[in-house]
Amino acid sequence: MKKTISAVITGALIAGALASCSGSAQPKTVTMNGSTSMQKLVEAACEVFNQENPGITASAQFTGSGAGIEAVSAGTADIGNASRALKQEEKDKGLVENIVAIDGIAVIANSNCTIDNLTKEQLTQIYDGTIADWSGVGAQAGQIVVIGRESGSGTRDAFEEMLDIADKCKYAQELDSTGAVLTTVASTPNAIGYVSLDVLNDSVVTLKVDGYEPTAQNITAGKYALQRPFVMATKGEISEQSEAVQTWFEFLKSDKGKEIAESVGLIPVE
Amino acid sequence: MNNKSERIMAAVFFVCGITAIAAVFAICVYMISSGVPALAKIGVIDMLFGTKWAPTASEPGFGILYIILTSIVGTLLAIIIGVPIALLTAVFLAEIAPKGLSRVVKPAVELLAGIPSVVYGLLGILIIKPIMYRIETMIYAGDPSHQMTGGANLISAVFVLAVMILPTVVNVSETAIRAVPQHLRNSSYALGATKITTVFKVTIPAAKSGIITSIVLGVGRAIGEAMAITMVAGNVVNLPMPFNSVRFLTTGIVSEMSYSSGLHRQALFTIGLVLFVFIMVINIILNTTLKKAGEDE
Repeated sequence: MKKTISAVITGALIAGALASCSGSAQPKTVTMNGSTSMQKLVEAACEVFNQENPGITASAQFTGSGAGIEAVSAGTADIGNASRALKQEEKDKGLVENIVAIDGIAVIANSNCTIDNLTKEQLTQIYDGTIADWSGVGAQAGQIVVIGRESGSGTRDAFEEMLDIADKCKYAQELDSTGAVLTTVASTPNAIGYVSLDVLNDSVVTLKVDGYEPTAQNITAGKYALQRPFVMATKGEISEQSEAVQTWFEFLKSDKGKEIAESVGLIPVE
Repeated sequence: MNNKSERIMAAVFFVCGITAIAAVFAICVYMISSGVPALAKIGVIDMLFGTKWAPTASEPGFGILYIILTSIVGTLLAIIIGVPIALLTAVFLAEIAPKGLSRVVKPAVELLAGIPSVVYGLLGILIIKPIMYRIETMIYAGDPSHQMTGGANLISAVFVLAVMILPTVVNVSETAIRAVPQHLRNSSYALGATKITTVFKVTIPAAKSGIITSIVLGVGRAIGEAMAITMVAGNVVNLPMPFNSVRFLTTGIVSEMSYSSGLHRQALFTIGLVLFVFIMVINIILNTTLKKAGEDE
């Protein structure tokens, strides 16, 4: 009896040792570094990816777009995450811009707002304090209550970057969540605010920008102004990357990957 | 046997006693060690007396003078509004109200203490903000130099704080007033004083030290409150003027902690340290000087 048990155990051990030899020599990894705005997307994607691909470990650091680009060009990370398009000089260094999703921001106003469209220029002037009254943009008069997010917020960074008014905004209220912006704009007459696309509802008026509504079609077509690409930069084309990195991109382009992008409020790309 | 259990219990009591001290000590060490680096990097003067708070700008500014002033002014105003109301409520409960009525009012006041601060904030949003917004539009109609805050301003925050400190001040003051020996009141009545004169000239002075303790606790509650005022103060770093959107020390930490990193995060810890020092100083000053004055009389 004892002998059979020990035989079985030995057999199992040998089989196990053989299996580990014949299998992957070392665990494969996908390392990423970069944009803090992409944290939600990347973390959600990593979680599902690692579950579905037991042999590969995807992991990321969130240090900022610039640092991510530097890391991938220095070779310390497989992928550099950037929440902006790559600059020409970065592309010249051999980096390839792989857009994995598009982030859009919606401009909302209280339901007493009498207009449904703002130009990018007007929006900029409202947020930097040049226009302080709705009459300045052709709406019914009333002093504008300018609502935004706290410094450090990804939505605020994105919004100010898109309008090129970083650090110049004059806010009346800085709220610390998307939900708070939405409810405050909904309950404050003459208020204007910005939120990510996935939370829009009927309690507020969603303004068009330059005549385009923030719909998925307008954003993918590049017509809606308040948008930015989420880029996963690689050194050289994806086909030149390691097998693990290629699997990662295949995963992002699959239906499941797109679902994840949608679940964190982004617009997936084809 | 008996001796042994004595000793074991003594050890248990000792450990329990140490726990509180250890917690205070650990917090002190942690606050100082995480708050000082930013102070050193930014510079004490630049940080504590600077007026530009733009932690994520390309040329960042970490001045928290307006934030400090807001906390001081806001707490002070809340005390000025809240303490008289609370003190008179305490007198009413302890001295004047008929038993039946005080049996209704007292639990109501105690219930106030149990209401979560986020509920106070919600009430502030639903009731105070719209009223303030209406007043603001009346005062500043057509004034381009004033930025409309939509009712999220210093006054709204002060009102919320004033209500929040009521239960603390009422409960502790009432206990103090009830503890005043009856013979003091009787002596006053014997001299021909009315009930109201007795309350103000005899009972309240006699309960002074307890009342001061209640105010200290109220100040502590007001200056440390974050959740409720983050919902009504507007959270923009401004000079604490009545109709300005303002940011308190507490709300400064709460609203930016989640996405901050690097020096920004360290600076938030420094704000925490400033708050911590404030509370310590207030406690020490009020406990020593005022209480002593109360006991001397």
